[in-house]
Amino acid sequence: MEKNINLKLKVWRQDGPKAKGRFETYEVKNISTDSSFLEMMDVLNEQLIQEGKEPVAFDHDCREGICGMCSMYINGHPHGPDEDITTCQLHMRKFKDGETVTIEPWRSAAFPVIKDLMVNRNAFDEIIAAGGYVSVSTGGVPDANSIPIPKEAADEAMDAASCIGCGACVAACKNGSAMLFVSAKVSQLALLPQGKVERARRAKAMVAKMDELGFGNCTNTGACEVECPKGVSITNIARLNREYLMAKFKD
Amino acid sequence: MSNFLSSSIGKKLLMSITGLFLVTFLFIHLSLNALLLVNDGGEMFNAAAHFMATNPIIKIMEPILALGFIIHIFYASLLTLQNQKARGKDRYASGNSTPDVSWASKNMYILGATILAFLVVHIAQFWVKFKITKELTPVHIDIAGVETEVENAYALVNQTFGMLWVVIVYVLGSIGLAWHLSHGFWSGLQTIGFSNTIWRTRWSVIGTIIAWIFGLGFSLIAILQYLFFQS
Amino acid sequence: MTKIDSKIPEGPLAQKWTNYKNNQKLVNPANKRRLDVIVVGTGLAGASAGASLAEMGFKVKSFTIQDSPRRAHSIAAQGGINAAKNYPNDGDSVYRLFYDTIKGGDYRSREANVYRLAEVSNSIIDQCVAQGVPFAREYGGYLANRSFGGAQVSRTFYAKGQTGQQLLLGAYQALMRQVHEGNVELHTRTELVEIVIIDGKARGIITRNLITGELERHFGHAVVIASGGYGNTFFLSTNAMGSNGSAAWKAYQNGAFFANPAFVQIHPTCIPVHGEFQSKLTLMSESLRNDGRIWVPKKKEDAEAIRAGKLKPTEIAEEDRDYYLERRYPAFGNLVPRDVASRAAKERCDAGYGVGATGLAVYLDFKDAIERLGRDAIEARYGNLFQMYEKIVDENPYETPMMIYPAIHYTMGGLWVDYELQTNIPGLFAIGEANFSDHGANRLGASALMQGLADGYFVLPYTIQNYLADDIRTPRMSTDLPEFEEKEKKVKDRFKKLLSINGKYSVDHIHKELGHVMWDFVGMARNKEGLQKALDRILEIKKEFWTNVRIPGKLEGINLELEKAGRLADFIEIGELMARDALNREESCGGHFREEYQTKEGEALRRDDEFAYVSCWEYKGDDKEPVMHKETLKFEYVELKQRNYK
Repeated sequence: MEKNINLKLKVWRQDGPKAKGRFETYEVKNISTDSSFLEMMDVLNEQLIQEGKEPVAFDHDCREGICGMCSMYINGHPHGPDEDITTCQLHMRKFKDGETVTIEPWRSAAFPVIKDLMVNRNAFDEIIAAGGYVSVSTGGVPDANSIPIPKEAADEAMDAASCIGCGACVAACKNGSAMLFVSAKVSQLALLPQGKVERARRAKAMVAKMDELGFGNCTNTGACEVECPKGVSITNIARLNREYLMAKFKD
Repeated sequence: MSNFLSSSIGKKLLMSITGLFLVTFLFIHLSLNALLLVNDGGEMFNAAAHFMATNPIIKIMEPILALGFIIHIFYASLLTLQNQKARGKDRYASGNSTPDVSWASKNMYILGATILAFLVVHIAQFWVKFKITKELTPVHIDIAGVETEVENAYALVNQTFGMLWVVIVYVLGSIGLAWHLSHGFWSGLQTIGFSNTIWRTRWSVIGTIIAWIFGLGFSLIAILQYLFFQS
Repeated sequence: MTKIDSKIPEGPLAQKWTNYKNNQKLVNPANKRRLDVIVVGTGLAGASAGASLAEMGFKVKSFTIQDSPRRAHSIAAQGGINAAKNYPNDGDSVYRLFYDTIKGGDYRSREANVYRLAEVSNSIIDQCVAQGVPFAREYGGYLANRSFGGAQVSRTFYAKGQTGQQLLLGAYQALMRQVHEGNVELHTRTELVEIVIIDGKARGIITRNLITGELERHFGHAVVIASGGYGNTFFLSTNAMGSNGSAAWKAYQNGAFFANPAFVQIHPTCIPVHGEFQSKLTLMSESLRNDGRIWVPKKKEDAEAIRAGKLKPTEIAEEDRDYYLERRYPAFGNLVPRDVASRAAKERCDAGYGVGATGLAVYLDFKDAIERLGRDAIEARYGNLFQMYEKIVDENPYETPMMIYPAIHYTMGGLWVDYELQTNIPGLFAIGEANFSDHGANRLGASALMQGLADGYFVLPYTIQNYLADDIRTPRMSTDLPEFEEKEKKVKDRFKKLLSINGKYSVDHIHKELGHVMWDFVGMARNKEGLQKALDRILEIKKEFWTNVRIPGKLEGINLELEKAGRLADFIEIGELMARDALNREESCGGHFREEYQTKEGEALRRDDEFAYVSCWEYKGDDKEPVMHKETLKFEYVELKQRNYK
């Protein structure tokens, strides 16, 4: 049932990418347990604005767990202490009255902090640009039903494709590795006949870009899949390894 | 090829292959050590040790084995350094509370270092004495009906395991090894790509079993030698 | 009145698009490289248009306020995308999709546009499959379809409950491929703040870099607005927090007509409001209505007991439940169009039968479907939606019925465009939700994705060439021209003014106030008195905003409050125009329900003789009332009928 709680927030504040960051402590009162975490942050910001201070900068957009924009590291977890959700779907009923909540940005060399809790995740776009697509231009394609695709393959591709590009995998990984993200896209396209044609090229290009951008090396701890809000599986990483090794050995 | 080996997956492949190769070595090592528990005054163990010392295949394998260790350790250090850098300068103040992640998987380098430390002791105690300082005394045993002069490796092993601190070091080393392998085995196969939704659980179970066979096997041999084989 | 030229091609309906393409002007490949096209927005429409234009050889400059094109709110569409493939062999055709869309839109859209939409719908599915979009499939390996509100055939293609995400990622990947090729210059975290008009043609934009706060100038031979709808005028809506109407509003302020602003879609299946701090509403896909049955208690005392927390819905006997949609509309039942379903829910709640703590909710019950198909089948179809519901509401929808209530979801109105998707400003195009074109007064489910991609992949890339063909000799212009200078100064002055107010209320505070007025008076049911009141209140809010808003920080660097303030300033004006348009349209049609115009049974009463037109509003200056022009809608191929879903 709904009730109201008071919290102490330890929030990372950093003025810019080069500035030195620090924790600030704030108190918020009478937060409905039915509120979402970001609504609680809205209350905090409203409070800061009233006090004439600058509100905490954080990324968010759809607030329904699909755009992948929100990105906070809360009490030791990317997207906070609940499973299979993004921060925007985290609800305050997961917190106890009087609790201290620590809120930090994603920390990874490839995701530099822009301000407070906002980080720059353009590296993901660069990886996709390197090869995360089927090279098909608009028009001139066959009828959608001309190639039957086994349901199992389509379903598995869909599971991999459900990645929202939030970066929680990188944030959770002790190595700052982007393998789960890369493997999800490589898997999706390798499982479908339309993507198979350039699978070798894609795997090589995306891994090369990933390495170049300073992401770490996967050590298969599996933390990424536990924290992934969409439950993308690390078996995709095995597939990426396979795809990449086969592509390289063919050279 | 050079760009392959500098890629993240290429480096990991080397870790995986050398790691799995070292596992096969451990199999042979453990089977040999098991002979220490045959109550024949060390005859069978000495025979096997003699075979190992004289077999040309093993002679070829020895430097390869050493190379395996070196590559495994070198790349582990390289990857760990890169991973530290990739993590960025700031650490999470709230730590990491991700559930269901094995401690071993997050501490492979530390476990590896423990094993390395043990390895140094181990090599100093046996390999150096076998091969370099040649501190073994000859003994005559019966191999397939032929009386052969072999080095009494058993005596050295038996004597070494008579010291309690050695046994403790061995038990610790073995547990470190088991831990390392409980993640390392399945992780190696995952890196090669031999994994999917079904095999992932299977490999991880198989890996844990193998890890503890080694861990318990090596420890037990040392403990039993200490307890029951001292004359 | 001669100002409105919709440029509908000659010939019979089914031939118009072919005729157009056969006779339009094209740009040759060498010239394409010399032409810059600005695309504002990277949702389905913007990303697909940007990618397609770049593939053809145009130099595209693409802008998004997000950190990545993949974040656009198209990503949140759950249910699916319509196409006239007729794979299930249930009698679908291009004509039927066209007809359903016209009828679903309550006969307030252009026949020729809608027919073209239905015509290209099939190509969209082909294109997306070729891109590797993992649509749901049957065991035979062929594509699966499901049914959706407002149609009697199964023509909706879907990818679990994440169709929008998969389609957007397909378009995003196509766009990123062109970024990689160097044909698209991508500007993320960059917001359009003005449009530059030179010699009567759209020639560029002024943007604010949301990281550095700098104002930047960009030239383009043409400008395409693909910035989505203005649903967030209501503060609470299913739109993303960043969704805004400002780009379209700048176009309007520069002379582009704004068409049918009052046509707003209220989605019937959203999670009800829980409290004052609520920041947005979450949609539950309409596809849930395929298997869920909507009801409220038959007895008022039961409803009261539920609201007081004394009774659980599962304790109400079958005969005491009122499945009001099935009762009122036996032919379509729970699958009536969105506007009808929304109003029916409001009617029950207003009559005192609503449930939930606030009484503003109805039940969507899966009990029968679970009994009939098994829990696993329901989980396979809606698992992610059920999970989402449980995370938000903390109730298990497999065991107790979901609670839903209507919420603002989509805006059918938008920038007026002709058949070529060009506004009345030459060189300024509008696609996707940002334009008004295809949905009339109500959009059918699974048609937004269809329209966004149709515009972006298959319509604009053709029609824009008809314009650009005359521009091949126009060299790239310098952004030092006085027109750029002047617009940048105007923008800077406006931001400075906003920052100097330093009043009492936060941007959100004033936005919530606007939202209440909009929802109460310009929402699901409207009347003359209420709309006039809304106009007065909005003027007060506008004054309050410009004298009493508080925006901390500076123009330089990241300033989230300043961003929101700029958008709210526009929302206030959009709200005003919406109320004005709603007041003008003295009939009920689709999402626009005027209480004065209803049948005896309480259904919407259209007045075709007087209101079968598109209202096109022209900006006349800040202090002046806008002028309305009419684009009369001619129906040559469908007969105007009162919609009947009974």
